[in-house]
Formats: sequence, C-alpha cells, structure tokens
Amino acid sequence: MAIDSKVVAQVAHLARLKVDPQDSDALSNRLNDILAMVDQLQQADVDGVAPLAHPLDVTQPLRDDVVTEPNIRDKALEIAPAAEDGCFLVPRVIE
Amino acid sequence: MHTKTLTELKAGLANRDFSSRELTEHFLARIQQYDGDLNSFVTVTDTQALAQADAADAAIAAGKAGLLTGLPIAHKDIFCTEGVRTSCGSKMLDNFIAPYTATVVEKMAAEGAVMLGKTNMDEFAMGSSNETSYYGPVKNPWDLERVPGGSSGGAAACLGARLAPGATGTDTGGSIRQPAALNNITGLKPTYGRVSRWGMIAFASSLDQAGPMAQSAEDCALMLQAMAGHDHRDSTSLNEKVGDYLGALKDDISGLTIGIPEEFFPDTLDGAIADNSRDAIRELEKLGAKVVSVSLPSIKLSVPAYYVIAPAEASANLSRFDGVRFGHRCDDPQDLEDLYKRSRSEGFGDEVKRRILVGAYALSAGYYDAYYRRAQQVRRLIRDDFARAFEKVDVLMGPTAPETAFKLGAKKDDPVSMYMADVFTIGVNLAGLPALSMPTGFINGLPTGTQIIGNYFREGQILNVAHKYQQATDWHKQAPAFGGAQ
Repeated sequence: MAIDSKVVAQVAHLARLKVDPQDSDALSNRLNDILAMVDQLQQADVDGVAPLAHPLDVTQPLRDDVVTEPNIRDKALEIAPAAEDGCFLVPRVIE
Repeated sequence: MHTKTLTELKAGLANRDFSSRELTEHFLARIQQYDGDLNSFVTVTDTQALAQADAADAAIAAGKAGLLTGLPIAHKDIFCTEGVRTSCGSKMLDNFIAPYTATVVEKMAAEGAVMLGKTNMDEFAMGSSNETSYYGPVKNPWDLERVPGGSSGGAAACLGARLAPGATGTDTGGSIRQPAALNNITGLKPTYGRVSRWGMIAFASSLDQAGPMAQSAEDCALMLQAMAGHDHRDSTSLNEKVGDYLGALKDDISGLTIGIPEEFFPDTLDGAIADNSRDAIRELEKLGAKVVSVSLPSIKLSVPAYYVIAPAEASANLSRFDGVRFGHRCDDPQDLEDLYKRSRSEGFGDEVKRRILVGAYALSAGYYDAYYRRAQQVRRLIRDDFARAFEKVDVLMGPTAPETAFKLGAKKDDPVSMYMADVFTIGVNLAGLPALSMPTGFINGLPTGTQIIGNYFREGQILNVAHKYQQATDWHKQAPAFGGAQ
C-alpha cells in the first residue's frame, strides 16, 4: 500500500503538521520504507484472534467521584505561551 | 568514589567514610569535567543537588536514612521535575518548566535520592541511537565516535563513564536495555504497570515503562525497590504488592530453568554476539541452572507490529503539543490552524514527525483494520507465545542487541535499519513482560549485553539471576578508559 505526496499531504493535515513541498518526495519514500516493513504483518494468520490492547488484559479501574487534585490553574498558565484573564490565548477564531 | 556501585556508596555513607555532599560534589565535578565530550546531560541541577545532599547528610546523622539517602541519581529528561526544565529531548519542550514532579522522581526523592540532573535522550524517546535529540547526540564512552544507543542513551552513557552511579530510564521498545548493552551497564524494564507512568511524558502508553539503570543488578534492585508500586494517579499502574527485590538477590538459582528461544539466535546473527550470550548462559548452568530450547514463532513480527502500535499511540499522545497550553509556539500565527501546524512542525524533529505520520495513517479511515487492528491481533499471538514458553521455563535468555555500538550517523538516514536495533527487545514490550540487560563481554573493545526475560511481576527472579551471574563474573565491573572511569 504505497503512499505518495498527495497522501502524505492529507495525513500531515490530519496530524496538523506542515510538510514543505521540496521535502515531500523524500518523506514519502521514507514512509514507504517503513510501511513496506510493516506489511510483513499481512503474513500472519490472525483469523479469530482478538486484538490485544493491554498485555495483562486489565480493565480500567474506577475510583470515587471526588476531587483529589489541587487547582494549579495559575501554575499551568505561567508556562503557557500566551494567557489572559485566567485563559489560554489563541488567535481569533470567530470574526 | 565514582567507581563504586550504589550499594557500596550506600555502605560508605552509612559508615561515614564520606558525606553525601562530598559524593555529590565529586560527581558534579566529573560531569563538569567530562560531559562536554559525552553530552549525556541536558540539564545539571547542581544547586538543588547540593541542597538535597545536605538534607541527606542531616538525615543520616539523625539515623533517618531511607533506601537511597544521599545517593546521586540522574533522571532521564522524560520525567517531569517541578521547577526544572523537562525537555524530553525536543525543541517542543525546550522552554517547558514542569509544574509538577513525576511519581518516580517523587518516590526516589522520598527515599533520600539526590538528583544530579536530567539526562539526554532521543526526542520523545523515539530512537535507538540518541541522534534524534534536539540537544545533539550523546557519545558512547567506550568510543566517542559511536552511539550510546537509545532512547535512554544519556542515562547509559553517564553510567558507563561513571558520571553518575544510578540513573532512571524508560523503555517502550528497548530504550533501557539496548543502551545498557551498548555501554556495559545493567538496566531493567519492569512489568508494564509496575512503575507509575504519572509525570513521565507519554510516547506509547500501552508500552511505556520506567526502570532502573546502574552498574549492577544489585543496584537495580535497590532502585526498583524505591520506584515500584501502585499509583492512583496512573490508571494503568497495577495494584500488586511490591516484591522484596533486595531479599530475592539471595535466592539459590540451582534448579532454575532457562529457556533459549531459537528466534533469538538466528543464522544471520553475528557469531561473536551469539557466543557472548551463550557463554553467559553456560556460566549460569555452572551455577545449577538447566537450559532448554523453546520457540516464539510470532516474535519475528514484533518489529512490524510495534511500528504500527507505537506510532499510532504516539500520534494520539503527541496531539497535546499544539502550541496553545505549553511548549513551543510559532511566531505571529495567522490563525489557529497556522498556529497548530507551524508550532508542531517547528517543534518536532524529523523522526518524531515520521512516527506521527505513520501513526495517523495507520489509524485513518480505511486503513485501521489492515494496520492497527492486525497489529493488535499479532500482539496477542506474541504474548501467547511467551505465555506458552513460561509454562516450561522460569526465564528466557538471548542477546539484548544484534550488534555492538555503531558509528554516529551510520543509520541516521535509514529508519528501518535503525528500528532493527531493537529486534530482540521489542517483543517484551508488546507482551508487557519484565526484562533485564546485563554486560556479558566485549567484541573488539565494545560491550555486549544479554537479556533475561521473566514472567509477569518476576522482577525479583530476574534480578536474582543477574546478581548470581555478576557475583561469578566481572564483565559488569569493566569501565571505559574515558574520563578516568576505570
């Protein structure tokens, strides 16, 4: 399942990455190398095999619905690239 | 002092042969003198280290020493440390001062450990050579023209050069064990969920696990004793009783059954690598272990399965780096999408971008079944192979890495050949098993390592086997000529 520059551009958009057009071919080649290696998976006989998400088949534990973490809003905003009035600041999204 | 193990240093502190301040100053001076050549540290926290050392000396004087009181430890720069930059080897986090401290760091500090600084690593732990770090490659102290392995390459190199007596690492596909092998040190990846991942920057959440790295198995046992345990802040942390790892070192290993997976000794393997591991296994036979042959038929698919699962999880985990809340933000964003795209593209290096793209592709509509679902099915086959083997044996052994440290730049432009550096270590992560790498001899002056894989929660047994081997041999005591490490 080879991918080309067009697919790279689509996937890059999904991942919110910018790919420079001059790097696109080289990047496609590298990704195809990786996907060619990954394609060995097609040899496996996986009929009737359930996918494994957790090696110990453990399910997520539940805890009581109570507040356990302190509010560190000010600390979190201190390291933000831009903040104002207790909020993260981003470019205008609604005109 | 720097040639001593943590266990020896702990005894020296207890005997008042030296103070923690003297010990800490000694290692800080060594880092200052030699790390310019090695580049194993991203940040050295000398002021905090000396304050912690003074507190440790006071605790020792008051008879209140913990497991690690006064012992200098280097933390991989993947663990969040409040007030100290936590870069994860990335430009993305070059300006990130963590607002909280990782559980692992907190637990070790609570036992009195002194933090020397934060070690260099492959960017977001994605790499097997430490060449993807934003802070430049780490050099191997056994040959400065060679890589230290990765991703915990800074940790392994600083230990090899005796710039620190103990270090933390993380292992998603071999990132503790492979650099341990390449630098002649001992490193353990515990059972998935044994050590809390809270505050450890996520790469592939179903595979990531933190563990100890040091000169000996005994030292790893000491460190793991402090690191392991349930943490309610990590929902994948397992609520199992922590073993007595130091106590387990004394166990007799006669009657132990070692399984040798034939897949770990393929015909294509370098004969000298195979010989060193076979010699190590023979040494354990002399100590009373039995050896049987086993097979893990699906393990040949572990690298392809990993390179779907790990990038898929990484593409989701790394979506948090968006230039909005913390980390790198591009200058003058035109709009929100421009802010996301440019911040991420400027902040991430090439290998990280490749893995995000592979992951996003594998998870995208139309490809999910062919890649992600299939990889998860193969993951079960691999886990079941190990489970069948452990019905017959106590531990499995084989080489940790297929080759000794390679030259800097040798695989930099060939990701797939780089990925093969972890061919013997990745299966363990997919199965969630604990495994240790220990030094087992040299080839042309470069270290090799042998892996001991145990069943779930059998860290004590693995450490026991490695400790018995290290009591009978002295490979782990060999140090490089670099930096007066010998």
